[in-house]
Amino acid sequence: MKQFFAFIKKEFYHIFRDQRTLLVLFGMPIAQLLLFGYAITTEVSNANIAVFNQSPGQFSNQLINELKSSDFFRVSANVHSKEELEKVFRTDQAKIAIVIPPKFEEGFYNREAQIQLIADGSDPNLATILSSSANAIIMKWMMKKSGNALPVESITTGVRWHYNPSLKSVLMFVPGVITIILMLVSAMLTSISIAREKELGTIEILFVSPLKPGIIIIGKVVPFIILSIFNAVFILVMAWIIFDIPVNGSIVLLLLESLLFIITALSLGVLISTVSNSQQMALMLSLFGLMLPVILLSGFIFPISNMPLPLQVISNIIPAKFYLIIIKGIMLKGVGIMYIWKETLVLVFMSVLMIVLSIKKFKIRLQ
Amino acid sequence: MLEFKNISKSYEGQEALKDISFDVKKGELFGLIGPDGAGKSTLFRILTTVLLADNGTALFNGHDVVDDYKYVRKNVGYMPGKFSLYQDLSVKENLNFFATIFGTSIKENYDLIKDIYQQLEPFENRRAGALSGGMKQKLALSCALIHKPMVLVLDEPTFGVDAVSRKEFWDMLKSLKAKGVTIIVSTPYMDEASLCDRVALIQKGKILQIDTPKGITDSFEKILYTIKTNKIYESLKVLNDIPEVSNAFSFGQIIHVYAENELNIEKVNNILRENGIEDPKIELGEATIEDCFMDLMVSQNLEEDGVAE
Repeated sequence: MKQFFAFIKKEFYHIFRDQRTLLVLFGMPIAQLLLFGYAITTEVSNANIAVFNQSPGQFSNQLINELKSSDFFRVSANVHSKEELEKVFRTDQAKIAIVIPPKFEEGFYNREAQIQLIADGSDPNLATILSSSANAIIMKWMMKKSGNALPVESITTGVRWHYNPSLKSVLMFVPGVITIILMLVSAMLTSISIAREKELGTIEILFVSPLKPGIIIIGKVVPFIILSIFNAVFILVMAWIIFDIPVNGSIVLLLLESLLFIITALSLGVLISTVSNSQQMALMLSLFGLMLPVILLSGFIFPISNMPLPLQVISNIIPAKFYLIIIKGIMLKGVGIMYIWKETLVLVFMSVLMIVLSIKKFKIRLQ
Repeated sequence: MLEFKNISKSYEGQEALKDISFDVKKGELFGLIGPDGAGKSTLFRILTTVLLADNGTALFNGHDVVDDYKYVRKNVGYMPGKFSLYQDLSVKENLNFFATIFGTSIKENYDLIKDIYQQLEPFENRRAGALSGGMKQKLALSCALIHKPMVLVLDEPTFGVDAVSRKEFWDMLKSLKAKGVTIIVSTPYMDEASLCDRVALIQKGKILQIDTPKGITDSFEKILYTIKTNKIYESLKVLNDIPEVSNAFSFGQIIHVYAENELNIEKVNNILRENGIEDPKIELGEATIEDCFMDLMVSQNLEEDGVAE
C-alpha cells in the first residue's frame, strides 16, 4: 500500500510540474467553455437588417420600430431603390432586408397588406434563422394591431422549445464540452504519461522492481480520475455561474455517470499507451483516434440522426455518444436512471472490455 | 551468483547475442567490455528480466530469470544505460520513491549509500534533470543501491562522464565490492577493464575471451611496438603494407604495431623515413586490454569473412 501511495505521489509531482499538462488540465476547460459559450453560437442577436420603405406612414414606421426594438435586429441601412438594395447585400451591410411595398398603408385597412423579406442565402442556416425571426416579430406586431383578435380564417402555430425554451446554444455546448474535456484529460493525458515512462526509459527500472504491473497502471490512472472529477465539477460550477445553466437532474447521479465515463476513457488511454512507444505517438493516436470522433460523431455538433447510415453505425462504438445522451438527459431534462440505464450499461460493457484488453496487452517486459 | 548458459537473442533477424555462456562469482566485480552494439545492454536486459532470450537460460543466485523473475526483480539493482530517473523529481524525491517501491527507506540502508550520497546531499532539492553527468550517475547508483541488492547490474555507468567522475565512480564500485555486493558492469572504455576482477571481451554478440585482466594481457602472443610520430595516418598506411606487421592501430597520438615475430626496428625505421615520415620513435611495448581486444576483433572478422566466402 505504501508503494502505491508513493507511486501516486510521484504522479502528482509529474502533473503539477509539467506546464503543458497543467494547461490541458485547467486551461482547456475554461477556454473551450468560453469559446463554445460565447464565440461559436447559433443564436442571433443584433443582426443587420436593411429597410426599403416605399410607403412611409404611421403603420410602416411602427413596424420598423418594432424590428428595431427587438434584440434581434439593428437597422444598418435605409435604401430607396432596388439597385441600392442590391448593393447593400453585395457589400455585406445586411444579411436580410425588409421591403415595404408602396400600397402598404392603404392595404393595411383592407387586410391585404403585403411585406417582402429578402435574405442572403449564401449562408442558408443564418438566412433561415433571420427570416423566421423577422417573420415572428411581424406576426406579433400584427396581432397587437388587430387587438389580439386573430383573423378567423388564419391558423397560427405556436412553437415552444422544450428543455431549452430560449434556444440557448450554450445549453447544448456545456454537456459537449464536459464530454470532450473528460475524454481528452482522461485518455490523452494517461496515454501520454505512460508513453513518457517508455520514452525516457524509466519504465525499465519500474519493471525491474517489485512493483506489480497492476499497481503501475492503477497508480497512473488514479490521479487522473481525481483530477477529471474535479474538472467536471469545475465546468458545471462555471456553467452555472457564467451561463446560468443549472443541473436539472440529480447531481449525484451525474457525477456517478461521469465517473463511469472517466473510467471508460482512462481504459482507452491505457490501451492507447500499450501500442505507442513515444509521447508523440500517444498524442497523435489520442488526438485523431479520439478527439475527432468525439467532436464529429458523438452527436455533439452534428445530430446523429442526420448522418448517413454507415456513420450512424460507426457512432455506436464511440463511448462519448452514450455519455452525451446521459449527461444531456440529466442536465437538461432532469431524468433519472430509469431513462438512461441502457446507455449506462453500454458504457459499463465498453469499460470492462477495454480494461480486460489493456491488462492483456500491458507487458511486464520490454518487448 | 550469475550463470549464463547458451544465451541467444536476435532482433528482427539480426543476431544480437550468439550462444553466450559464462558465470559471475559471488562478490566479484565483473566487467563486460566491448564497443557499442556488441550486445552488452541486451545481455543485461535478459539478466534483469525485461527481455526474454530466444535460447538458453540465465540463473540469478540459482533462480531462473524467466520463471522466477519476481525473485530477480527484488534482489537486483539495475542501472540502465540511459539515465532513467525522473528528471522532474528532485534528488531526494527520486531516492525516496525508489526506496519506497522496494519496500525500504533511505534511513534503513543509508550506510550502504552514505559515501556516494553525501556528495549529493548539498543538491538534495535540485531536480535530477539539472544535475551534471557525474552527479546523475551518482544519483542513479544510489537509487539502484537503496534496497541493498545482492547483485548490481550497471550498464555503461561511466559513458559520457568526465575523467575525474569516472575515477570516483570506480572507487565507489571498489568499496561496494568490499561490502560484499556482486557487481557486473559494462563499459566501452578499455582502460576501465583493468579495474575489474575478471572481464569478458564481447564483440558482435560473441564473447571473445574471459579472464582476469592480467590473464588477458598475458595471453597476448604477438610482440607489440609503439611508434611515436606526428603523421599518424600516413604511417599507418605504410606500416600495414609491411608483410611482417600483422596489424597497426592508432591509439591517440601513438601507433601500436603487432607482429608475430620480432621486427627489425632499423628496417622499419628506414621504410618510414623513405616514405617521408620524419623521426619515428619505435619502442617495444606492453600489451593492454585494448591491444588484446583489437587483435581478437581482427581475427574474429577474418573468421567471419572466411565463412562468408
